[in-house]
Amino acid sequence: MLYFPRWKTILIIAICVIGTLFALPNLFSRESLANLPGWYANSRISLGLDLRGGSHLLLEVDMDAVIRDRVEGLVDGARTQLRTANVGYTTITPSARGITVQLRDPAQAQAATQALRELANTVGGGAFGGGQPDLDVAAANGAVTATLSEPALRERANQAVEQSIEIVRRRIDETGVNEPTIARQGADRILVQLPGVEDPDRVKRLLGTTAKMTFRLVDMNADPTATRAPPGSEILPSADPTGPQSYVIRKRVEVDGANLQNASAGTNPQTGEWVVNFEFDSTGARRFSEVTQANVGRPFAIVLDNKVISAPVIREPITGGRGQISGNYNAQTASDLAVLLRAGALPAPLKVIEERTVGPDLGADSIRAGLTSVIVGFVLVCVYMVAAYGLFGTFACIALFVNIVLTLAALSMLQATLTLPGIAGVLLSLGLAVDANILINERIRDETKKGRGVFGAMEAGFSRAYSTIVDSNLTTVIKMIILFALGTGAIKGFAVTITFGILISMFTATVLVRLMMVTWLRQTRPAALPV
Amino acid sequence: MFRLRLVPDKTTIPFMNGRFAGLFVSAFLSIASMVLFFYPGLNYGIDFRGGIAIEARTEAPADFAQLRQQLGELGLGQVALQEFGSPQDVLIRLERQPGDDAAQQVAADRVRARLAEILPGTQVRRVEAVGASVSGELFTNGMLAMGLAVVAMLVYIWFRFEWQFGVGAVATLLLDVTKIIGFYSITGLQFNLTAIAAILTIMGYSVNDKVVVYDRVRENLRLYRKMPLRDLIDLSINETLNRTLGTSVCTFLSVVPLALFGGEALQEFGIVLIFGVIIATTSSIFIAAPILLFLGENRLRRGTTEETGGTAPASSSP
Repeated sequence: MLYFPRWKTILIIAICVIGTLFALPNLFSRESLANLPGWYANSRISLGLDLRGGSHLLLEVDMDAVIRDRVEGLVDGARTQLRTANVGYTTITPSARGITVQLRDPAQAQAATQALRELANTVGGGAFGGGQPDLDVAAANGAVTATLSEPALRERANQAVEQSIEIVRRRIDETGVNEPTIARQGADRILVQLPGVEDPDRVKRLLGTTAKMTFRLVDMNADPTATRAPPGSEILPSADPTGPQSYVIRKRVEVDGANLQNASAGTNPQTGEWVVNFEFDSTGARRFSEVTQANVGRPFAIVLDNKVISAPVIREPITGGRGQISGNYNAQTASDLAVLLRAGALPAPLKVIEERTVGPDLGADSIRAGLTSVIVGFVLVCVYMVAAYGLFGTFACIALFVNIVLTLAALSMLQATLTLPGIAGVLLSLGLAVDANILINERIRDETKKGRGVFGAMEAGFSRAYSTIVDSNLTTVIKMIILFALGTGAIKGFAVTITFGILISMFTATVLVRLMMVTWLRQTRPAALPV
Repeated sequence: MFRLRLVPDKTTIPFMNGRFAGLFVSAFLSIASMVLFFYPGLNYGIDFRGGIAIEARTEAPADFAQLRQQLGELGLGQVALQEFGSPQDVLIRLERQPGDDAAQQVAADRVRARLAEILPGTQVRRVEAVGASVSGELFTNGMLAMGLAVVAMLVYIWFRFEWQFGVGAVATLLLDVTKIIGFYSITGLQFNLTAIAAILTIMGYSVNDKVVVYDRVRENLRLYRKMPLRDLIDLSINETLNRTLGTSVCTFLSVVPLALFGGEALQEFGIVLIFGVIIATTSSIFIAAPILLFLGENRLRRGTTEETGGTAPASSSP
């Protein structure tokens, strides 16, 4: 154990040197490293939001709305399907996850079942088919029920979350936040981290809007002040406080916002008011021109998130695929709406269920507090170690310093995130790392007392202490893995730094210290150990 | 050559004489802690209870009575104000708002807007708003983490030692953890995610401490075959006393700066760890060892008879 072949010595020193090199970029600003190769300059620890300031938002996708949407779609679809199949019905009742159709003539149950089956989408399966219909249709007592199946609901929810993440990313990119993190969390959540964002109000507003835009015809025959709309239409409130309070709008979507290709904020040259200009893709432009051709002289409603933005009368067919939305906008709201339209609609509403925002100067204060603590802690531990173990204590302190450097290097290379609890972890791992040296030194002392010679005592001290060191360190590492798995946010950072600190201490406190001790032994050949 | 020794090298303190006293005091403190857990209970932070915390730095020292009244006008329930650090730093805490998770956000935004209105120039340094479903999950996960940690320790020590060691360590661990919870209750420190991290750290430290003593007991079991277990445990504790105290002092020294300079966020963490180090060190000596004595009498030596005894014990190193 005391013999170090040359290659081993070189390897140990190389690890320390390379580690130091990788930790170094953290000491300099990004600008001063600009001339170095990117892989090296990027070897730095990224600071958590609690240290650099920023906003952490946890969003939840409203799954009920996703299912409700699909059920509403089923009701409309069923109406059309049954009409085409010439099946008479009295009512179509939506339920939590399906619909029930009450038939006029129970004998038509077979035909109704057939017609409703047409509404099913195929879910699951791969490129070679093998999927399953997402609807279970059954007839009983003159009624036919269509129920969305469990896997179908799951699949749909999954899609909704994936789509939402995409849309959230596009919207946030539009706001110009640097290095945002957008990640799925669990079944129906999205984690958004926005470094440097001090007031997440605008982002929250952008993400809190579904931005589902549709172009639909106004039902001219119905009375907007009535309590119930005729079948196939609905009463929607107006977004514009100056016009009529509400409109009766056909449920049928003539052109969908998904067909928008571009949108931008601008001002109307005549009135000077803020507007949003939009442009359809080819499908959208074709549909738009067809609809406007067929409905000249009638109002055409622009509906955003179930509110009527405006319902201008179509004066002439619009064939260019371009249009303009006006309605009490200012520069900010117009550009926000343009962002939303460009990024596309969310498949379901998002709710912010957790917010943690830290201002940049609080972050800076935290860094300062953390650094002070680490330095004071390091000095205190070193004073004790030197007082208690003399030269061997000094070796332990050098190893401790290398431990901190290598921990920083490991965090930099993995580009792990350092949080405030993470700094506490660095500090705490100092106390735990030095435990190994205390164990070894006490052992060497014991063995020396028992009358062993210099080399014998060292040999025995290291080998006996080793299993204890492994046992005691592993117990802490196990705890930290559990904490990492179950903790969230900043607390994970604590688990990460402690785990690295401890694992690296198994190298610095044993191997590196042993190398120092052995080198010293060979050079001075002492008669007794200084323990 | 001067060497700082926390205790003399050769001690023969009969720790096991105090085993009943140690266990009794520990059990008493733990039971008292459990009572404190239910009454007055813990000061749950917003991680676990949900609600809103806003840290603001006002331009001039804030008038709390006026601020409380002005924020109270928002009708968001009880507004708790707390000064920390300096008279300009105010922590505003609101109970969880009725309604869903999004209601917390709305309320937080309203407080922010109101602050900007009544105290222009106020810097909002930190905002946390946690809804009920998130706080519920965080709490469940926190408890799960603690439970898993206890089980993992039992399994690990059982695997590395005999079952008596595992049971001894885990029983001690439970006594330790209950006392820390009692500490939270008495001091009114916030019980939140950081608290879970603190407790897990102390658990790790505590087990670490026990492992060192147990390791020596195991070694001495092989070394001194005829020695009564009680004397053997005493010997083991005395032999490792300098290390136990040395590590405690070092950990203590590394944690004290957190409590002194760590700023608001790390201060509580540091204080709890200081308490935890003291608890864990004493429990290694006065609790874990006696439990081993009770469980292990006449049993621990089985299975070691066929190994060679004498002065050169089988090393346990890998």
